[in-house]
Amino acid sequence: MIKSIIKYIKEVLGGLKSLLKGMRVTGYYISHPKEIITQQYPENKDTLKMFDRFRGEVILLHDENNEHRCTGCTACEVACPNGSIEIISERVLNPETGKKKKEIDKFIYHLSMCTMCNLCIESCPTDAIKMGRNFEHAVFDRSLLTSVLNRPGSKLAPGVED
Amino acid sequence: MSTEVVNEIKEQEYFINMGPQHPSTHGVLRLLLSLDGEIIKNVEPHLGYIHRSIEKMCEKDTYKMIVHLTDRMDYLSCHMNNEAVCLAVEKGIELEVSDRVKVIRTIMSELTRLSSHQLWWGVMGMDLGAITSFLYGFRDREMIIDIFEETCGARLTMNYNVPGGVMFDIPNNFQKRVKEFIIYFKKKLPEYDDLLSNNVIFKARTEGVGILSKEDAISYGVTGPSGRASGFSCDIRKQHPYSAYDRVDFKEILYSEGDCFARYKARIDEMWESMFIIEQLIDNIPEGSARETTRAVIKLPKGEFYQKVETARGEFGVYIISDGKKSPYRLKFRSPGFSTLNALNTMAKGSKIADLVAIMSTIDLVIPDIDR
Repeated sequence: MIKSIIKYIKEVLGGLKSLLKGMRVTGYYISHPKEIITQQYPENKDTLKMFDRFRGEVILLHDENNEHRCTGCTACEVACPNGSIEIISERVLNPETGKKKKEIDKFIYHLSMCTMCNLCIESCPTDAIKMGRNFEHAVFDRSLLTSVLNRPGSKLAPGVED
Repeated sequence: MSTEVVNEIKEQEYFINMGPQHPSTHGVLRLLLSLDGEIIKNVEPHLGYIHRSIEKMCEKDTYKMIVHLTDRMDYLSCHMNNEAVCLAVEKGIELEVSDRVKVIRTIMSELTRLSSHQLWWGVMGMDLGAITSFLYGFRDREMIIDIFEETCGARLTMNYNVPGGVMFDIPNNFQKRVKEFIIYFKKKLPEYDDLLSNNVIFKARTEGVGILSKEDAISYGVTGPSGRASGFSCDIRKQHPYSAYDRVDFKEILYSEGDCFARYKARIDEMWESMFIIEQLIDNIPEGSARETTRAVIKLPKGEFYQKVETARGEFGVYIISDGKKSPYRLKFRSPGFSTLNALNTMAKGSKIADLVAIMSTIDLVIPDIDR
């Protein structure tokens, strides 16, 4: 009888001790605010820097002369598992050589289908596309997620096809 | 009401739907419970709410594309899933990857295991009514996710392994960051014990609950920490070593109780072992190429290829039947969660509904893995 009472009291005290142990951990963090690692996201927008390799969206690189490096070979279109890249190219007459040459008309990118798997970037033979670091893609209309990546009036940079 | 009618109502079992939107089912899993009062008589899982036909999609994709789909199955152990596909494809094209790739893959797998167990620990506490553990688990997981973000470019669906190696070589400060994390987490893991493992309420809710015997674990094919908590020695890393697991020294965690608390302890101990594995490898990553060149379109020879790996939840297998074309004829995934879910009825029979929540969280289900 007495043994069982002692056992019961021991259990109660042991239970209380375990609860206090847990409380000590949380108490430590209340008294040490420096240990908090939370980032205040919309407020820290100016200082927030994503890592170089961060995959947010596909971008077509343009230089200062509004020239890109895409030859329209559609390697990225073939490599894409979800059909998020569509390349519409046309044959343009080159006035210097008098020959018809393939040029991209529209580089269409469906962000809504993209899974950021990086396979298109790897397949590109001319390093024309890259993964951008922007991650704020929320829009009110789904059609806004489809964009044409080549800028109006942009041309193929010379020397890419050689 | 007459006593006859009352007796008839008393004898009738009644049914309750747990899910598909129940917060403690970790996803869209619907459990049809037949109850006698509060005692569970039968649990019947209903699947199909997030079926995406991944296996069928693989039949039209090339082998390089398949890898990124496995991220979306067990998203908490995506590195191991990717690795399984890559190893199976490498078996097919008879490609031997460099030692550097093997070591990087092993480190990444163990980091994924750690992050998966941290998330499980947090969610486990929350299922049992303690919100503190959720915040603590996510705090420590954030450090691993940051390492992944810097190395692979993504936080959850990494798609880091490719047939022939890894997508990018590790960044310069990878070793420094991982070492910092290990030092940090060695200090923080004892906190987990203080918060949950030794907590009297937590112990009362998990000890002796949901017992799975060793025989049942083997016959249902329950693998991973859940199986090892029942005494079923099933660690693929030990028994069929792949990547760099043959050159590291670690213990296989085995418990004999088979109850919820044993499954809990098995995962906590696995975290220590994972850190031990990373410590052995991080200082001597061999030099070499991080990626062997493969053909642009990989074609496997005719035949069947199987590779199994140990994910955070158990044995994950990839079975490829190839007919020599650029995409597989048939591809089958053996996911650990599906087998574990089948054993749920055996574990939960005769216990209370509240115990079912504890059992569900200790077997660590990821529904997209079960329902692919």
